Amino acid sequence: MSAVFEQIFQVGFLAAIIRIATPLAFATLGEMFSERAGVLNLGIEGIMLLSAMAGFTAASLSGSLWLGVLVAVLVGALMGALHALFTVALGLSQHVCGIGVTLFCSGLAYFLYRLIFGQQSVPPSIGGFKPVPIPLLSDVPILGPAVFNQFTLVYLAIIAIPLAAFVLYRTPWGLSVRMVGENPRAADSAGVSVIATRFQAVILGGALMGLAGAFLTMAQFNAFTFGVVSGRGWVAIALVVFGRWDPWRSAGAALLFAFVDALQLRMQASGLGHIPYEAFLMLPFIFTIVAMAFMSRNAVAPSALLKPFRREER
Amino acid sequence: MSAPLIEMRGITKSFGAVKANEAVDLSVAPGEILGLLGENGAGKTTLMNVLFGAYAPDAGEILVEGRPVAIHNSADALAAGIGMVHQHFHLAPRLTVLENLLIGIPGKSGRVDRARGLARLDEISRQYGLSLDPNLPVSALSVGEQQRLEIIKALFRGARLLILDEPTAVLAPSEVDGLFAALRSMAAQGLGIIFISHKLNEVRALTHRCVVLRHGKVAGRVEHPASTTSAEMAKLMCGHEIVPPVKQSSTPGASVLTLDRISTSAHAGTPLRDVSLFVRAGEILGIAGVSGNGQRALADVISGMLPPKAGAMTIAGKAVAQFSPRELQTLGLGRIPEDRMTTGLVTNLPLADSMVLPRIGTEAFSRKGLLNPAAIRAFAEQQIKAYDIRCPGPMVRAGALSGGNLQKALLARELAFDPKVLIVSQPTRGLDIGAARFIHEKFLAMRAKGCGIIIIGEDLEELLMLSDRIAVMYEGRIAGTLPSADATVARLGLMMTGAEGHA
Repeated sequence: MSAVFEQIFQVGFLAAIIRIATPLAFATLGEMFSERAGVLNLGIEGIMLLSAMAGFTAASLSGSLWLGVLVAVLVGALMGALHALFTVALGLSQHVCGIGVTLFCSGLAYFLYRLIFGQQSVPPSIGGFKPVPIPLLSDVPILGPAVFNQFTLVYLAIIAIPLAAFVLYRTPWGLSVRMVGENPRAADSAGVSVIATRFQAVILGGALMGLAGAFLTMAQFNAFTFGVVSGRGWVAIALVVFGRWDPWRSAGAALLFAFVDALQLRMQASGLGHIPYEAFLMLPFIFTIVAMAFMSRNAVAPSALLKPFRREER
Repeated sequence: MSAPLIEMRGITKSFGAVKANEAVDLSVAPGEILGLLGENGAGKTTLMNVLFGAYAPDAGEILVEGRPVAIHNSADALAAGIGMVHQHFHLAPRLTVLENLLIGIPGKSGRVDRARGLARLDEISRQYGLSLDPNLPVSALSVGEQQRLEIIKALFRGARLLILDEPTAVLAPSEVDGLFAALRSMAAQGLGIIFISHKLNEVRALTHRCVVLRHGKVAGRVEHPASTTSAEMAKLMCGHEIVPPVKQSSTPGASVLTLDRISTSAHAGTPLRDVSLFVRAGEILGIAGVSGNGQRALADVISGMLPPKAGAMTIAGKAVAQFSPRELQTLGLGRIPEDRMTTGLVTNLPLADSMVLPRIGTEAFSRKGLLNPAAIRAFAEQQIKAYDIRCPGPMVRAGALSGGNLQKALLARELAFDPKVLIVSQPTRGLDIGAARFIHEKFLAMRAKGCGIIIIGEDLEELLMLSDRIAVMYEGRIAGTLPSADATVARLGLMMTGAEGHA
């Protein structure tokens, strides 16, 4: 048994956690911005898939990975704008529109992928991002190779967390976002445009979801498959609740989920082969459900979440 | 007087066929407190929403210090120096006092400028005597403090004219005095204030001048409210004389409801501790007290929503066993809850359904487990006529009715079955004089018929007018009971603070 544990807890294990956490962190922060402004974005799963596909295609056709990232971010922002158009400007049901956006984006991603790449026996792949070791820091034992010998997008995620907290808690725009998510009428009577603030937050959220998609096809798998997102968007929605709509806690939740996911991957590969691998695959999700049940009992959602704002209605 | 701070000329605003405001003129000078009086639906709030930019007027113009301005939204209004304290506060409960103040204020080099916010808050608190802890979340503030925050918020944004929409409706009597002192100090320092209310004594005590609206038009202007009688103003508001209801003397009969040493566990709010009281047939018992002293628990126990931890209750001599709403209703209890919208009726269903809801399973309205829509409709139609409930018909969505008409509908529903005891909370809160008068008359008529009535209320004048005896609640106990002949507002007010006890 100890041999199994040794195999699991190698230096690479920490690195794997960070890699798995990165797209989750982007997606979770994106969903958090949207929900803090009062808009649940169930389009996240589809937005991540479409961005992953668009980014991959752009990188594959142009040969520039960063162009791919840019395209993924723009597509994410555009789909965020689409969701905001339905839910913020038109005030439609956030649940229905979110699921609609996911179905639309998924369908579009499959369709365009087939159109561009056709049906191939071996899915096309690209040379993805390479780890960029940070001088000096990457030489620190254990932590160095795990954290400071990573993809640039990983560093970006690490910077994004404090940045998100700063924007949300310290800037006038962040205060407006929190206010329109708690009491839009209060924001409105203070001269803040509820519609504009919600649009901006949902679009920013979409852009972050796009980054998450870009990471999947350009750093983690270097190819696009139909199952590339495989529920990560839905997990991010749970992680936002788990993280109580706070950037630090949400990122922590992403890290915790990544830990369990990395653990189950190692367990699959280790000497526990007599257990069907599907059992291990379930672990992170069981963990999420249990953690949600215990930890989010006192979690209080933004008061105006799911509520459209119309000025002349009272 | 100097040039007006704000002038509204010929303001007209229609919603569909309804003219909410028609050719209304109004002006406020610096240092002046203007009363804006009118019954519910007279167009007070609409007029102020036009001034604050929430509605665009169909005709008319607004002048700030003599210059015409276009106000399209609240940002324009704020820029013109107009601040509004809405009836329902516009605050985010989970954000702090300071954050609620700084919303919409540009930051300094991309950051929220906390230091300047704190300095400005300090300045306002010194200038007008309005202080608050900037770091408390709004949810930790009392209603009075939240209102103070709304006023500070308007001043924070440089308001020179402050509009207060029925600010006293949510306050305890002691808080009203504090509010009035602050408003007087603001006026003394040159701010203009528009005070919206339908409480005549408050308008007379506070304002310098008064505009009365009726059906969207200016029904009259009162130049010296302090020396004008309430009756004269009420006549302007309603268009006809308001005669106070006559309370016939009556000899109460046997006790119809008795509470014997009732205690409850910590419920939402203050629990009851050892509460004993009774009400006799043909008697009205008023329950006074600052809100949050156990009134909610008392109403819930009597109506069967909250079984007590200890103690006993009898209705018309029969002991209550289960404390379920159904049992109490069968024993002859009628109830009109405090919150018409949430526990009174179902706002999204037709009015007729809400009117029979407590008796929906009885033979009158259903047979063999199936509803009898014809009977329900007929009942509702009959009550709508009898109580003059203004609505398009029995099948209209209940939530679409005005507060006064909803209250009439609830009253009709309970009184139709001749209850032996009626428990009522805040019967006329938010209602205008006409509707309140109607409700009062119904209570007195029921009293004459031998019904025992308990009225839980915060309006002491109303309790004094209607009740035979008044019990005061303080911290979940009955602090004392007085015959209303011996009770005065001052004495009750003292008992409400726990200062005086009476058996």
